[in-house]
Amino acid sequence: MVYKTGNTVVHTLKGITLNIGQGEIFGIIGRSGAGKSALIRCINLLESPSSGAVIVDSCNLTTLTNEGLRQARRNIGMVFQHFNLLTSRTVYENVALPLELAGCNKQQIEAAVRPILSLTDLSDKANLYPNQLNSPQKQKVAIARALVNQPKILLCEEATASLDPKAKQSILQLLSDINTQLNLTILLITHELEVIKSICTRVAVLHEGEIIEESTVLQLFANPQSKPAKEMIKAATRLDMPAALRHRLRANASENCNPILRISFAGSVAQQPLIAYVIQQFNLTVNITQAHLEKIRHDTIGIMIVEIMGDGEETHKAIQFLQHKGLHVEVLGYAPRTA
Amino acid sequence: MLQELLNALEETLFMVFTAGLLTWIIGLPLGALLSVTGKNEFLDNPLIHKPLRTLINATEKVPYIVFMIAIIPLTRIIIGSGEGSVAAVVPLTLASIPYFAKFSENAINLVPKGLIEAARAVGASSFQIIYKVLIPEALPNIISGLTTILTHLVGYSTIAGVLGAGGLGSLIIHKGYLSFQTDYVVAIVLTLVLLTQMIQSCGNYIANGSLHKNSSA
Repeated sequence: MVYKTGNTVVHTLKGITLNIGQGEIFGIIGRSGAGKSALIRCINLLESPSSGAVIVDSCNLTTLTNEGLRQARRNIGMVFQHFNLLTSRTVYENVALPLELAGCNKQQIEAAVRPILSLTDLSDKANLYPNQLNSPQKQKVAIARALVNQPKILLCEEATASLDPKAKQSILQLLSDINTQLNLTILLITHELEVIKSICTRVAVLHEGEIIEESTVLQLFANPQSKPAKEMIKAATRLDMPAALRHRLRANASENCNPILRISFAGSVAQQPLIAYVIQQFNLTVNITQAHLEKIRHDTIGIMIVEIMGDGEETHKAIQFLQHKGLHVEVLGYAPRTA
Repeated sequence: MLQELLNALEETLFMVFTAGLLTWIIGLPLGALLSVTGKNEFLDNPLIHKPLRTLINATEKVPYIVFMIAIIPLTRIIIGSGEGSVAAVVPLTLASIPYFAKFSENAINLVPKGLIEAARAVGASSFQIIYKVLIPEALPNIISGLTTILTHLVGYSTIAGVLGAGGLGSLIIHKGYLSFQTDYVVAIVLTLVLLTQMIQSCGNYIANGSLHKNSSA
């Protein structure tokens, strides 16, 4: 996608290719200014890409007429960071709006709105106005409005960014529930790893308008590839070497130095006592300087920074053993042995 | 005297409210059009916006009494006569349209842009965005604008009365200015003050009524 400002051409998004499967909760994470908002607006063509195709449910939106596009948008629900509810309408009337616009009659509207209100736990709020609601309730109304057309896909633009932590969890839970109950595909953009961790199955990292990494959420946490992703994970897991160790760290191995390893593991390996096994089998001493366990949906990942003390040959074998077991081992450097 | 006063009041009310209604019918769509075709608005279109803006700015600047005399030929074409309360409705309406269009434009401009985006995202057409989203959301401010217009119209209609349109304006010229009858003057002044005050209060009441949902619980 290209923006033109005067004579300079600004590429907001370039070379984006994403395939999102039916029923997935796909997250796009990036810092502010990375192009997330533009990207999500390209999906329902609120902003038109300068080239390329947007295919939703085997229909290429970029080739549609205005009328066709308006029809197609009814299959794509959207939730916004600032809710964007009509203050002149009640909760019920807000949720009914998409159906009114589509020309449904009162009975059809009633039949569609009531179940959605009960799904989003808003039945008792039907006759209130948005400004009589708190923020998470407002976002629920927005979600209900986005679902009332029974869309195939739901776009969420920073849907939880303006909510407090407790409200955030309740909205994420709701999104997760409707994903399972309605088998609804959800595409969300966020700058919070927390959101990705809580509900997403797959994730793409957007950096300066480009997708620099795409993987499962587990993979992203256990083994981020790109520098921005690594920084993001490091900040989120607060896993940094202790200052004392960092000062002693050297790039090359030498006599009287212990390797410092970053070990990360995901899924079922996290359940096995591998470190204990290594200590016994290879006759090593392992000093865990930092460790962090992260719960991601139904899985656990562990990240730790360890210093290995012992015979060089055995250490090498131990690293190979851990890698063979499916752990990700990275040598961060070498620290001289302390007396 | 009472009968004369009531007849005059009836003529004034007829002029004010007929012109007010016509102003609403014509001015609101013009205001909406001005707003949505403005720069960076969702139907950004200088070809419509600029001529309309120029026309409205120009009409607004002509003093009312000059305007009223200047369009007598047009009034004759529309009404068939240049005098009387019915004829006065034409200049009254045309003079208040620019003001009201601007009021409406400003009110609509204040509606958060996110609402337009949300409406587009659920498949609203441009026309639907205007009448289902923008106008309802801007309604409290639009009603305040109309209230101001109506109180102005009371003033304009008395000027029209001086030029033979009837109503309280004519009455004060004949009884007050030409044959100084103090009781008439006092009664007319009181009626006008009461009338504008009532319009103002009703307007506020209606605007607040459509506003109550906007206040926090």
